[in-house]
Amino acid sequence: MPSFVMTEKCDGCKGQDKTACMYICPNDLMILDKERMKAYNQEPTYCWECYCCVKICPQQAMDVRGYQDFMPMGAASTPLRGTEDIMWTITFRDGRIKRFKYATRTTPEGSIKALEGFPEAKAADLTNQLMLGEPDIMGVKELPTKKK
Amino acid sequence: MREFATEVVDTDVLILGGGMAGCGAAVEAAYWAKPLGFKVTWVDKAAVDRSGPVAMGLSAINTYMGMDGKVTENSRMPERYVEYVTNDQMGLARQDLVYDIGRHVDGTVRLFEKWGLPIWKDEAGNLRKSGEWQVMISGESYKILVAEAAKNAIGALGDKGQLLERVYITHLLKDEKEPSRVCGAVGFSVREDKFYAFKAKVVLIILGGAVHVFRPRSQGEGFGRSWMPPFLGGTTYALTLLAGGELTQLDNTFVPPRFKDSYGPVGTFFLLFKTPATDAYGGPYVGAYGSETDKWAPYSKAKPCPTPVRNYEMILAANAGKTPLLMHTELVAERIMKEVTDPKEQKKKLKEYESEAWEDFLDMTIAGATNWAAHNIDPLEKPMEIALGDPVFIGSHACSSGAWVCGAEDLMPNEYADAFPAKYNLMTTVTGLFTAGCGVGACAHKFSSGSHVQGRIAAKSAIRFANDQKGFTPTVSDATINKLKEIVLKPMALYEEKKGYTAMPDVNPYYISPHNFLFRIQKIMGEYAGGWETNYGTSDKMLETALWKLGFCGEDIEKIAAKDLHELLRAWEAIHRYWVAEACARTRLARKESRFPGYYFKHDYLKLDESQRKFINLKYDVDKKEWKVIERPMIPII
Repeated sequence: MPSFVMTEKCDGCKGQDKTACMYICPNDLMILDKERMKAYNQEPTYCWECYCCVKICPQQAMDVRGYQDFMPMGAASTPLRGTEDIMWTITFRDGRIKRFKYATRTTPEGSIKALEGFPEAKAADLTNQLMLGEPDIMGVKELPTKKK
Repeated sequence: MREFATEVVDTDVLILGGGMAGCGAAVEAAYWAKPLGFKVTWVDKAAVDRSGPVAMGLSAINTYMGMDGKVTENSRMPERYVEYVTNDQMGLARQDLVYDIGRHVDGTVRLFEKWGLPIWKDEAGNLRKSGEWQVMISGESYKILVAEAAKNAIGALGDKGQLLERVYITHLLKDEKEPSRVCGAVGFSVREDKFYAFKAKVVLIILGGAVHVFRPRSQGEGFGRSWMPPFLGGTTYALTLLAGGELTQLDNTFVPPRFKDSYGPVGTFFLLFKTPATDAYGGPYVGAYGSETDKWAPYSKAKPCPTPVRNYEMILAANAGKTPLLMHTELVAERIMKEVTDPKEQKKKLKEYESEAWEDFLDMTIAGATNWAAHNIDPLEKPMEIALGDPVFIGSHACSSGAWVCGAEDLMPNEYADAFPAKYNLMTTVTGLFTAGCGVGACAHKFSSGSHVQGRIAAKSAIRFANDQKGFTPTVSDATINKLKEIVLKPMALYEEKKGYTAMPDVNPYYISPHNFLFRIQKIMGEYAGGWETNYGTSDKMLETALWKLGFCGEDIEKIAAKDLHELLRAWEAIHRYWVAEACARTRLARKESRFPGYYFKHDYLKLDESQRKFINLKYDVDKKEWKVIERPMIPII
């Protein structure tokens, strides 16, 4: 189900060194035509339809069209991703529409401090089996073992 | 040919891969590296925010014990997890490695929750389990959260933490003073003309599993719609093998039973919604072929029935002409209407079911949702077809492919010790090379959480190794680096040299495109080595033919041409997949039984043979170009 770029809406991320879709695509598919300042999917048959490009595009210039070797035409799943949830609009081939909203995260974007709140690691502890936050974080007194 | 710059990066700890296991490794590595003053360099071929199979999101965490009892049901301890995984993999699992995942995994899931992952809970705050091991999540941003935490941890190291994105790793480096030891890696940027050489005290290769070794069901525009992502290039397995490492169970590929073509997931439908599945005539196919599947007892008789046997029932149904098989999502709606009579409550329950059913697809396989809509199927009203997909090497799933690695010192049976002169948890048989996630073989059912936690275990262990080897400095000559640079860039040089010979460069007798090279491997594997093309059947004769034909692919590697950096990426992915294909066909040839009948079966050995309840491992000698099959025993710890 390859991604595509709507010519009218794409501004090539205004001439920055890379577009948002190029930055995010896990399969290196998006490329910028610098003359037209339009991004495009250079290899649609390798698209996994993960929608990472659609979700990140600041212009909402991207969408996905079902793989034509098995999907009848006319349907779409269209996301609108916010900071804590995502809204999906599902358009059926016969015109029916469904809308769903799901949570995406419970903390503000960029707020994670992964190592804060844990005691600092000590080299002497490298030889034991305990990792960051263990065993307290698991709610058990000690790490299970099969020590022979 | 364009000039490529060479950048040599000296570091202490080199983490290759930014998927779930790579992100776990980055967090834990940062934690332990800090007090030691170690430098950590982390490399991803994509952007960590959305790299690896969790890029699209996930709707469930499939590995969680709930050892603290704070779950809605099914609080489990690692012993039961080990029992479950071993039976699912037909009696073959490295129980020490599986146990290690089980005892640590709850901690990693609690970190996810702390970082902001919405995990479904009841009013009392217990995590909502949908099966024995699964907890439900709203996981559209799962990877973004896990990546944010990992990047934050690496960032906390200041100038001792480094992340390089869009760098594809092609080779591992061996130390020139200690030739059995890995001490770095090389690769290239897919964004600029730059070649990288990394030198390190320790290397973690966490570059995922392999997809697109077998031919996908869709080959037109839908070529990329494999179930697991098409960007899993098999690099972990190929480079471990080429470094002299031992791989295990490369015959055991997972074959995904999924909604047909779109590969929408089935787990939540079976486990959470208790959705009935039938053959085309409305009869059950599950449990319908007892006289056949009983031959795989005792495993087939255990609860739950192992994945390779459940798959085999689908193969038997297809052989009996009873496809299409159907997932009856509409019967769940009927059941709700029957069970809940209050109209208001009934409407609420149906809405809840509808929303959760769509979320399952939209969180992780959006094509599944669009495919419903494209066929005008409302899952509350009509069933949808399910089928088996293309075989994938994904050691983190219901699959045992991967490297043979050392276990934890309090868990590993002594019988395994001889392969590991230095005993460091999750070190491969190659000194200095660690792996995790899909890279670790005979340790199935890790999934996203288990991969993350295994990345963490590997990172701590690797740092312990590096700390014990403080005096070690990698020795790699400039000549070696320059030679590798030439090899890595050769596909582009060949294209430049020969492209003018034909009026249209796509067809040229002097080279083969990465795509066509990959197509050839896929056709061989699909038709001879047990792909969907033969309904997953193969035989020694077919495998010998596969290997004969793959041999030509091996020779043609030097004829692969790439017109730009993007094709150079595809070239190296295809080369790495070639090695996975070879390893798979050779392991299937060595196993003289059909232990995993729904993953692949052998017409000439169509039975389970308990005298062959052994791990089949494989090594390759690069200098002598020789393969070696090694059998390892199954030693239980529970």
